[in-house]
Amino acid sequence: MKETKEYTLYNDTVMDHFLNPRNMGDVQEADGVGEVGAAACGDIMKISLKIRDGKIEDARFKTFGCGSAIASSSMATELIKGRTLEEAKNFSNQEVVDALGGLPPVKIHCSVLAEEALKAAIEDYEAKQSGKSSTSPVTASV
Amino acid sequence: MDKRFVYLDHQATTPVLEEALQAMLPYFREAYGSPSSLHRYGLQVREGLKEAREQIARMINAESEEDLIFTSNGAEAANLAIKGFAEANQRTKGNHFVVSATEHPSVLNSVEFLTKHGFEVTQVPVDILGRVNPEDVRQAITSKTALVAVHLVNHDIGTIQPIKEIAAITAEKGVAFYVDAVAAAGWMPIDVRDLGVQLLSFSPHRFYGPKGVGILYRNRKARVTSHIHGGVQEGGRRAGTENVPAIIGAGVAAEVAVRDMAKRVEHVFALQKRLYAGLWKNIEYIKLNGPEPGPLRICNQLNLSTEFIEGEGQLLLLDINGIAVASGSSCVSKSLKVSHVLSAIKLDHALAQGNIIMSLGKDNTAEDVDYVIEAFPKIVHKLRNMSPMWKEFEDGVIDSVIKPTGRGKSFTQHAADISGKPAH
Repeated sequence: MKETKEYTLYNDTVMDHFLNPRNMGDVQEADGVGEVGAAACGDIMKISLKIRDGKIEDARFKTFGCGSAIASSSMATELIKGRTLEEAKNFSNQEVVDALGGLPPVKIHCSVLAEEALKAAIEDYEAKQSGKSSTSPVTASV
Repeated sequence: MDKRFVYLDHQATTPVLEEALQAMLPYFREAYGSPSSLHRYGLQVREGLKEAREQIARMINAESEEDLIFTSNGAEAANLAIKGFAEANQRTKGNHFVVSATEHPSVLNSVEFLTKHGFEVTQVPVDILGRVNPEDVRQAITSKTALVAVHLVNHDIGTIQPIKEIAAITAEKGVAFYVDAVAAAGWMPIDVRDLGVQLLSFSPHRFYGPKGVGILYRNRKARVTSHIHGGVQEGGRRAGTENVPAIIGAGVAAEVAVRDMAKRVEHVFALQKRLYAGLWKNIEYIKLNGPEPGPLRICNQLNLSTEFIEGEGQLLLLDINGIAVASGSSCVSKSLKVSHVLSAIKLDHALAQGNIIMSLGKDNTAEDVDYVIEAFPKIVHKLRNMSPMWKEFEDGVIDSVIKPTGRGKSFTQHAADISGKPAH
């Protein structure tokens, strides 16, 4: 064992996002919030969004889960900021995996959880919007 | 506080003792003969093996060094105890096994394998501290029971089992008793005659011997049949050329373990109590799994759960801080399931997810422990800030399992609600 080498469970990108997570926290007065749980392992991920003019202006996460779950949510929020809702709806977990430089096979579901949390947040936003439009159509706008 | 490197995973393995290593070295290049050979090279090594066998027999007070079978590791010793015994005694004794619910996977999976070959098994439950009730073992024994298997110390939560009481029952019923002592050997005295067990396995790399050797003690009352076929090494019960250097090192490690037992136990027990007191003083919503440090718990480890956060994140951040620990959370396991021991003690799933195991060794110091006591609360704080559960607990959406406030639903219920499936 070489003394100088650092041995870590995940690659440098994953470790960086785990140790220095981007966008950790809750968006204040969020337009959409998604909280999902992984049936496979029990992890929980929450993503909150600020949406303006059909675009994701801000995205923040909170995660109860392993290093790769935290890194996946950090990376997912980084990737989706600035995207339109239509683009965000087509977001795939593979993008998170690729951006992280790969995850161990047993941890791929962590990236799926990030995708699901994002989509749940968008659904929440759209449900709120349609709720608004049915009760007070005047103020309904995107 | 300056960064230190603190190894707290002695239940996984320990470094080889200097005395053991020095004793091993000549057996790689000088005394390299095979103990099965009949010339001087072989005979020289045979004598070395005999001495190691005697050293190990003394460690557990075996009647004879001939009662020991060297295997390649503790798992193989457990496999031989279960499958080898089943094979040898199937016709005469029966096809039923009684095991505790918290056995090591090498025991549980061996028994499960046998159930696919016509054997039956009864699992005896444990209480919330992980203890087997000897009367449950009595109730589980039938006229067809061939073997009872209960570990001496739990590999996960450190619970010491009432082996003598169970042995009295198996003796009364005329059933053989196998004890997996891997988590105990080297950290508490073991006397197979006093315990009254017929089979017992352990692994020297857990007490400063080398990896690559395991030991099955079985006395004359318990026949086992080899399941590694080949030559007649180990009295025909385990074929294959012996791992001589490892066995030599194991002998020395056993001898030193006996010599230093009182000193080591006193030292790690003091550290265990120091770690327990310090962590519980500095961290809120933390739970000890298994008995309190004392007569019901092995002296060298703590198994704990920190609420609202998951175990792998804690493990990684501890590692970044130089502290090596283990975890039984599902995220750490390759199977994505929480430790079956934590399930068996009915630990809430949320707490099982936050599981951390710290196991001490003879070379840990009070300074090491103090460093952990200072570093760990910061890690817990960092992860709780990242966890949606912590905020939801503060907002009264979910409640604490450890210190319930009466507000909100359980974490486990919440997790099941949002994942659409009950947590396992």
